[in-house]
Amino acid sequence: MTTPLSHYLVLSALLFSVGFAGAVLRRNVILVLIGIELMLNAANLNFIGFWRYGAHPEALTGVMFAIFSIAIAAAEAAVGLALVIAIYRHRRTVQVDQFNSLKG
Amino acid sequence: MMSSVIKLLWLIPVLPLVASGVGALLPRPRRRTSVALALGAMSGSLLLSLAAFAGTLNSGRETVREVFNFAWFNFGSATVQLGWVLDPLSAIMLVMVTLVSLLIFIYSIGYMKEDENFTRFFCFMGLFAASMLGIVIANSLLLLFICWELVGLSSYLLIGFWYQKPSAAAAAKKAFITTRIGDLGLLLGMVWLYSRTGTLIFYDNGQGCLEQSALSHLALAATVGGMAVSTAISLLIFCGAVGKSGQLPLHVWLPDAMEGPTPVSALIHAATMVAAGVFLVARMYPLMSSGVNPVSGSTALQVVAWVGAITAVFAASIAVAQNDIKRILAYSTVSQLGYMMLGLGVGGVAVGMFHLLTHAVFKALLFMGAGSVIHGSHEEQDIRKMGALKKLMPLTFATYAVGMMALCGVPLFFSGFWSKDAILHAARHWSVSAVPFYLGVFGAFLTAFYMTRQVCYVFFGRRPAASGSSRHPVAQPHESPAVMTVPLAILAVLAVLTGFFGTPAWPWFEAYLNGGHATLDVGNIFADGQMGVMATSTVVITVAIALSGWIYYKAAAQSPRQTDPLENAQPFVFNCLRRKFFIDELYEATVIRLNAVFSRFSDWLDRKLWDGVVRAVSALTVLLAKASRGTDESVVNRGFDQGCEGLRDGGKVAARWQDGQAQRYLRVIGAAVGLLLVFLIWGSK
Repeated sequence: MTTPLSHYLVLSALLFSVGFAGAVLRRNVILVLIGIELMLNAANLNFIGFWRYGAHPEALTGVMFAIFSIAIAAAEAAVGLALVIAIYRHRRTVQVDQFNSLKG
Repeated sequence: MMSSVIKLLWLIPVLPLVASGVGALLPRPRRRTSVALALGAMSGSLLLSLAAFAGTLNSGRETVREVFNFAWFNFGSATVQLGWVLDPLSAIMLVMVTLVSLLIFIYSIGYMKEDENFTRFFCFMGLFAASMLGIVIANSLLLLFICWELVGLSSYLLIGFWYQKPSAAAAAKKAFITTRIGDLGLLLGMVWLYSRTGTLIFYDNGQGCLEQSALSHLALAATVGGMAVSTAISLLIFCGAVGKSGQLPLHVWLPDAMEGPTPVSALIHAATMVAAGVFLVARMYPLMSSGVNPVSGSTALQVVAWVGAITAVFAASIAVAQNDIKRILAYSTVSQLGYMMLGLGVGGVAVGMFHLLTHAVFKALLFMGAGSVIHGSHEEQDIRKMGALKKLMPLTFATYAVGMMALCGVPLFFSGFWSKDAILHAARHWSVSAVPFYLGVFGAFLTAFYMTRQVCYVFFGRRPAASGSSRHPVAQPHESPAVMTVPLAILAVLAVLTGFFGTPAWPWFEAYLNGGHATLDVGNIFADGQMGVMATSTVVITVAIALSGWIYYKAAAQSPRQTDPLENAQPFVFNCLRRKFFIDELYEATVIRLNAVFSRFSDWLDRKLWDGVVRAVSALTVLLAKASRGTDESVVNRGFDQGCEGLRDGGKVAARWQDGQAQRYLRVIGAAVGLLLVFLIWGSK
């Protein structure tokens, strides 16, 4: 009758892979952040999917998780962008392979 | 009422002690505060002493003795006890010490006014008085010994008060070391007493070491040469008294102690230090006199009497030839202490202690008078350079004359007469030998002689033409301020009054000490050969004063003063006396020489013998150390270094991975997660 759970999971896996590839391969730090957001949202999709097809869909646990996760993602994006601006002011670049001054 | 006094008795020494402690801790030297502290504490002690004294008075016929003992600490099964005692002996001493000390404190305010170390002075004086009061109330030989050593310490501090003067520093050292020699005897006696009786408490409801059971036990036990243990211990303890009270042969420190400020001399000579030795003998009297055949007295007391008698004459004869006003008084003190010992030896506690009390009053008076003279004539101490001070310092003269007459023993109205007479009377009846009596009479003659000589030189005659007046004009001597003369006047009154408490007609003092009731009976004066002794001493004193006055009144009137008339007559004898019988030189040649030889030997031993051993040991140690160092460097260090190097290389390799490329880290994580997934999927099959 409806779309089975595995479709959502496959979609989520694809989304995660796209995000991961973005985070790992792109040089621009803004795009790396976007990749990270994609991975987070893939996880949110999993939360919603497992909740909807789980044992107690009447309890709103999955939605709660997703909302918390989105709020945290927003905070994380704010911190990340602030870091990016700070680093940009310092180094005049947003290329992530230039950010190596924290190495041991 | 009595029980409350005994409980508060410890406050009497503690008050001045606390006062001097607080005075020492003041953030800045404050003259007024420290004086107020010292005087307040002494007055408090005086009031408490008077209360204690009153408590011992209204007791009827029995001798009051209250004790308060407490355990100090335990070691093993033994308990060391301390405690204090209130009996007539300690009560009368407390009153005397606090009263005389208070007057000396007041006097010091004037005498030390110019001194920059004013507060330090009062701090030490308080300590001095406190330790003496501790000796007086002690009911334990141990507590007494502690305070005894505190007295030694504070005398050292005060004699060396002007430590910038080398002579003062040397005198302080001499006093300290000389009295230490006697204290060694005291310590040995104390240890022996403890090992025999197991207690150092004097009175403890029959358990104390001065009570019957312990005494009879001690008197029966014999030691080397058949001497009773009690006698041996007594003699050892008497050594301590000899050192403290300046008896032969340990008297040498006392005249040198004149280097301290005059109030200190007054305190040492009257109330505190030297009185401690006599007091010790009086306190230990039951031990000293134990195991006696009733005829001749105990051996210990015979020794005490002989030492006292010889010292009395010896020191008095030296005093005849001295020219320093304070040194004359110092030798006079030595001689009077000899009288006290003689009195204790032949007559008992009451006789000796009575002279101690009267002497404390008039010798404090004389020393403070001498201080007033020195102060008034601008630090001049040589009596040959004084003269005609009678008109310039009338109050000092009047009080000094009272003190001088009390010391000489001018009949009837002066305390010295009664107390010295009691000693002479007791010596007259001593069964062992008549010699001490004659020595005592001769000492009395000398005493009157040298005091008259001193007074003639200082107060009569003519002022010597101020030699070198052009260079530094000598200011006119002046009377001292009231803060100094008022204590003098009080002491002068006391110097007369104290005599009447121990006359043969009304032997109140003896009755007070020994228990009993004194009745006024003028007839006693004529009984028992009293009259003969009194007449003898009166004649002797009159002759001495007349002779000395005749010689020295003339000598003092000559205007550049000639050499001493006695020196012209008998130059050899006089020089002997002036040089103090060469005792100091004798000690220099014997004891000190021996000591020097011994120390040189020790030095040689140190350098040659022990040093060799030490060097061998040190060479061995160096060798060992070198070996140890070799092992350290080649084995331990190298191993450690290599370990470190390995760690660092490993670190370098690992650091290459840590290149700061966040994305590379992420890739590794991704690859690892992928591997994990593969592993989980394949592993679950």
